[in-house]
Amino acid sequence: MRLYLKFVAMHLQSQMQYKISFFLLALGQFLVSFTALLGVSFMFTRFNAVDGFRFPEVLLCLATVLMAFSLAELFGRGFDHFPRIIRSGELDRMLVRPRPLVPQVLASLIEFSRLGRLVQAILVFCYAIPASGIHWTWDKALTLCLMVLCGSIVFFSLFLIYAAFSFFTIEGLEFMNVFTDGGREFGRYPYSIYGREVLRFFTYVIPLALFQYYPLLYLLGRRTSILYMLMPLLALPFAIPAYAFWRYGLSKYNSTGS
Amino acid sequence: MKPYLAIFRLRFINGLQYRSAALAGMATQFAWGFMEILAFAAFYKANPAAFPMEFSHTVSYIWLQQAFLALFMVWFFEGEIFDSITTGNIAYELARPIDLYGRWFSQTAANRVAKAVLRSLPILLVAALVPAPYRLSLPPAAGQFILFLISVLLSLGVVVSFSMLIYITTVYTLSAAGGRLIAAALADFLAGAIIPLPFFPQPFRAIAEVLPFAAMQNMPLRIYSGNIAGRAALWGIGIQIFWLAVLTLFGRVMMKKALGKVVVQGG
Repeated sequence: MRLYLKFVAMHLQSQMQYKISFFLLALGQFLVSFTALLGVSFMFTRFNAVDGFRFPEVLLCLATVLMAFSLAELFGRGFDHFPRIIRSGELDRMLVRPRPLVPQVLASLIEFSRLGRLVQAILVFCYAIPASGIHWTWDKALTLCLMVLCGSIVFFSLFLIYAAFSFFTIEGLEFMNVFTDGGREFGRYPYSIYGREVLRFFTYVIPLALFQYYPLLYLLGRRTSILYMLMPLLALPFAIPAYAFWRYGLSKYNSTGS
Repeated sequence: MKPYLAIFRLRFINGLQYRSAALAGMATQFAWGFMEILAFAAFYKANPAAFPMEFSHTVSYIWLQQAFLALFMVWFFEGEIFDSITTGNIAYELARPIDLYGRWFSQTAANRVAKAVLRSLPILLVAALVPAPYRLSLPPAAGQFILFLISVLLSLGVVVSFSMLIYITTVYTLSAAGGRLIAAALADFLAGAIIPLPFFPQPFRAIAEVLPFAAMQNMPLRIYSGNIAGRAALWGIGIQIFWLAVLTLFGRVMMKKALGKVVVQGG
């Protein structure tokens, strides 16, 4: 853990050497998400509600997903970079070091410019939390924290699966983007708007709706059962098969030569 | 003209080699398009009267956008060109007896076309077979389809000549990752990559329509379904030609200036 923090400090220092370039990158990341936000707000100048959700309620949903994603990305970027680690043979070097592999992969790349997205998520929360008209009590605040935390763990597990696939394919598997980037992009609306089949898929297969749609219903007071509040916790076991898949991939790994 | 065609062919064949990457890309884009359409369908269901395009037009728009993603999205830059500027390889390129603008232009265009050719047909085929409201419909008339094809080529030209401007600014700034991201995000948004321009509220829509970005994917995707038809389509194509001319001219002038003071990096 201390080693990891040292790496964090190192990455921070090296990225701060080029300040303008750092801020431009952060601004770029901010803008990429901002255009998506703008798209949503443009839609709501025309439509009052979608599937019964009003604009501030959708924003609450958008900010939750964005924050969960950017937290996961901040720490898990190393997994995104992982196909390159395999291809360059860097992984072999990591394997011989007397330290666990996952922290090494995570420490290999930390991009602080991704904070641009996080800042945006916070700003949207600042607007949406009062504007949503929710009467905030301790249990609702707790629900929101659970949504963000469990959400980032789900995204983190998805990154892990992405990395594990590259044990077999060497190249990154583009299709996983549907769940990672797609999870973020489509998660700006509650998953229920995509229809019952999609919602079911994101409940039972890839548990993105568990930290997004169901607890949102609890926040908005449309469901009062405590089960909906604790739904995000049910998404956590998703990390187990993800990690198992990673272990399995690692056991099948046989270098890439050169 | 011949060397540019040769570069184009070479890049094109090279691009066709990555077939499994294309397969994965196709599946991704198909799933992506489908989700996108479902989202629009939800809005349509909420209030059909507020929907600014016909629903089937929107569906065609999204399927074609996903199928021809590589042609239209500004964020597909050529990493190689950025590398040649920052590593100093640009010196070799300058020593070659062909015009650098034309070379970069044909290289970028070829890579985009190769990517799109491989991916578009299967996506379009499947999109034409899915059940009714989400199906890709045929263009209303043959003439409309020809206008669409012309417009696709022009919008590719506009996108490439816009990326040329980004390449050329890299000669000054060297590390352009941030600027690149910003330019691509804005350009794609204003070209209708996130939501089609008719969904923009006024006055944003009026402003976006006169910017060069409206000459990118916005035009061909709306011409295909007949959302822009007849006179308006011809007028739109005229605007595309105008922006293509302006952007290439501007790019050439900028390049001449930039190369005048190019500093070769590394040794």
